[in-house]
Amino acid sequence: MSGEFIAFFILSLLTIGGAVFMISFTRVVHMVISLGVTFISIAGLFVLLGAEFVGVSQILVYSGAISILMLFGIMLTKHDAKDEGAGPSWKNRFALVFVAIVFGLIFWGIQNTPWAEPTQPVPSAVSNAKEIGIEVFTKYVIPFELLSVLLLVSLVGAIIMAKKEEDKP
Amino acid sequence: MTVSISSYLMVALILFCVGLYGALTKRNAVVVLISIELMLNAVNINLVAFSKFGLHPGVAGQIFTLFTMTVAAAEVAVGLAILIALYRNKATVNVDEMDQMKR
Repeated sequence: MSGEFIAFFILSLLTIGGAVFMISFTRVVHMVISLGVTFISIAGLFVLLGAEFVGVSQILVYSGAISILMLFGIMLTKHDAKDEGAGPSWKNRFALVFVAIVFGLIFWGIQNTPWAEPTQPVPSAVSNAKEIGIEVFTKYVIPFELLSVLLLVSLVGAIIMAKKEEDKP
Repeated sequence: MTVSISSYLMVALILFCVGLYGALTKRNAVVVLISIELMLNAVNINLVAFSKFGLHPGVAGQIFTLFTMTVAAAEVAVGLAILIALYRNKATVNVDEMDQMKR
């Protein structure tokens, strides 16, 4: 029982618990709050895996921005939004069976794959954030620039889509 | 007792399946978007786990995670914008009633 194992156990329990509560709550605002718990515990898992920069970005982007954006989406559509149950029960059961089959297949795959023995990580000379920065601006510079174009396009597209349409003369 | 890669993969798998179930059965469109975010997060966990435990440990998986996060943020922004435009025209967020393109 090492500290790493205890931390992993608590964080994964919070992650899965938040997700399951998210599915089972009926009020959408409660769903978003349990989603925040899930996102923060996933950030903890990232830190546990030695990816501090990704963990901090997870907190900033997901539990900061996306949760608030979802809350805005709920407030702008239906104030006391309730999820009126799931669809017809046969559809529900079919979805459950489908998800169970997917789960079984991937579970079988994970258990039967001979994973490589975890190698001792080479302690790098620079910090995690600096390492990511060097890689992004040397090897991955073109995808990085393409992402900025994607962000600009989605910004403009979201504004145009949500803007009130003017009455055409 | 150390944590192996399959533990992380199992957490990601359960998260993915919960998200998939929510995306298939929920009727509120905002909840469907939230479930898609859960599935994307499960993928992110896998990428970071393989960047530590994979055959060639390195920082590439973490960079891919950052890219996925950016794409997910763009996706949720555009998705909510479409949802708000639809709500203004039809006053519903129920996915069962969004069938304009079917008629």
